[in-house]
Amino acid sequence: MKVFIDKTNETKELEAETVSELLSKLKINPTTVIVTKNNELITEEEKLSSKDEIKILSVVSGG
Amino acid sequence: MACKKCLEKPVIKLPNSNISLCKSCYIKYFEKKVKRTISEYNLIEKNDHIVIAVSGGKDSTTLLYLIKKITKERRDIKITALAIDEGIHDYRDKSLKFLKNFCKEHKIELKIFSYKEEFGKSLDEIMKTYKGISCSICGVLRRYLLNKKSREFKATKLATGHNLDDEAQSILMNFFRKNIKVSARLGPITGIISDKRFVKRIKPLYMLTEKEVTAYAYLKGFMDKFVECPYSSEAYRNQVRNMLNDFELKYPGTKQSIIASFLEILPLLKQHYKNMPTEIKSCSLCEEPCSQEVCKTCQYIENMIKPRNKPL
Repeated sequence: MKVFIDKTNETKELEAETVSELLSKLKINPTTVIVTKNNELITEEEKLSSKDEIKILSVVSGG
Repeated sequence: MACKKCLEKPVIKLPNSNISLCKSCYIKYFEKKVKRTISEYNLIEKNDHIVIAVSGGKDSTTLLYLIKKITKERRDIKITALAIDEGIHDYRDKSLKFLKNFCKEHKIELKIFSYKEEFGKSLDEIMKTYKGISCSICGVLRRYLLNKKSREFKATKLATGHNLDDEAQSILMNFFRKNIKVSARLGPITGIISDKRFVKRIKPLYMLTEKEVTAYAYLKGFMDKFVECPYSSEAYRNQVRNMLNDFELKYPGTKQSIIASFLEILPLLKQHYKNMPTEIKSCSLCEEPCSQEVCKTCQYIENMIKPRNKPL
């Protein structure tokens, strides 16, 4: 699946069964991000498939 | 796992709990929590004129939207949005554009003041030669303008978008740096003693984590891309933030426990420092309130923004 990470402004091709697994593979702390699937906000338990477009958005304040 | 309340598809799992909520129930939960904070700490009172410090970012946009929503039936309450344009190319100009449209759409009066007009230089210009920490000088200048302009507008409250994460970080940083007196000024409503030169600051998002605020802002469509300030270099705060997030992952509830513990000791801290008041002076150059002869802002202006015969 296509995974966009806003903090580093990069897109990766990765496979994972759930959001938790995906964040773990990327070594991203789930408390620091929100995750969307096809632009819908999802929880860490959400199941993922290879056709999904995932965005990982940092929650750190812009200032 | 379904939404705890209505069994719809969940969008978020609440921090430090096993409760997941759908979009509609999460929005209700979030707004209820803000209202509860306002009511529990008496953040909004009759006839208040609330100036809301806004930047166009997710926290302050959420705050602005909610204060407008919560006070819409209150004819005695006036609200004004106040933005400070630091002059950060490709960052603040974008967020201010969003903010202007937002305020127009929601019929909220917006006032904007810039470093360039108020101090003579934008932050971009200052940082061309200033080698210190950008967040330190920027924070001093921004707080100065927010208080001064709010007071000039005869505001009774200055609302800021600080969330639970911001506050937990500040509490720890003050402990680590032996700045307990500064912590006495924290809390959902600031101030140890009343001084008419300081507008009381209120933090209605105090009980919500950064993640919760971001989720709400996303669901409400306030920003489609959250950008970080290019000068964001507050290394010490970043380290404390990372440490707290690591702890939160290993020991869920850590941040909420810091806030709960702090709120228990805050009345004692305030009382302690109220009993040994320090004189609040007036700056000899600008007459704004300060603890020294010359306020920090005028020190920056004199030494770094408009230095006499010396480069920045």
